[in-house]
Amino acid sequence: MTPSYDEERLGELLRLLRPAPAAWVRAAQELPFARRTFDEIVARAEADRIFRNALIADLEKALAREGYEPDPRFFGELRTRLTER
Amino acid sequence: MTRLEALSDAELVRRCRTDDPAAWNELVERYSRYVYAIAVRGFRLGDEDAEDVFQDVFTRAFLRLETLRDDSAFRPWIAQLTRRRCLDFVAGSGRELLMEDPTTDEESSDLDEVEDAFAVREALAGLSEACQEILDRFFAQDQSYRTISGELDIPTGTIASRIARCLSRLRDELEGRNEATDRSSE
Repeated sequence: MTPSYDEERLGELLRLLRPAPAAWVRAAQELPFARRTFDEIVARAEADRIFRNALIADLEKALAREGYEPDPRFFGELRTRLTER
Repeated sequence: MTRLEALSDAELVRRCRTDDPAAWNELVERYSRYVYAIAVRGFRLGDEDAEDVFQDVFTRAFLRLETLRDDSAFRPWIAQLTRRRCLDFVAGSGRELLMEDPTTDEESSDLDEVEDAFAVREALAGLSEACQEILDRFFAQDQSYRTISGELDIPTGTIASRIARCLSRLRDELEGRNEATDRSSE
């Protein structure tokens, strides 16, 4: 069934998809530039059991101790990957 | 329309897998309003919570892109990621749900509205840049006739008629798309 659109309805739907705040969008767009550190941590955790266990015990402390400063948005995904493997 | 804007989701996803930051840039641009609308409209999250969900969804999408089996299914995938994160976030926050039950008809109707809005947004991309600009500024950005007039350098007195004309074109575009969909499903 094809929906019908009058002008009022179109206006309502156009209003619904408002721009997300520009700073949020920029931050999401910058993710590729922060990825290298994430990949490095994951690779090292796969190869080094002691490092991996330290990350599982206290992710942020272990990273700081090793001199890593990953984007905090990666913490959730790092935790997930560490428990998946 | 830029070269990247013209690409399908599948092509952008393929390019992202080859470490193309411009392709990722475009995917975020294309879906930022959608993810934002699911969080604030579909789940009624406040801005602070919506920002957490927004960043988390794009981070997960970015890091897990290689797990997407069908490159053309980016939209349902990111929608599902967003809905899950909204539910996790609300449940894990220990705060009272703004919605009594996240599976109520009201919530699902708000999410349906977001899907309809996305279809309209896709149709909007088929219009002239001038129409896209004026409709977006007036409806999605709540700009006044005076602001639109100043920024686009067009007389204030012609804005209402331009909006009406562009809405009419948008309706034609949507009806054309829907007829094509109906024909292909027959």
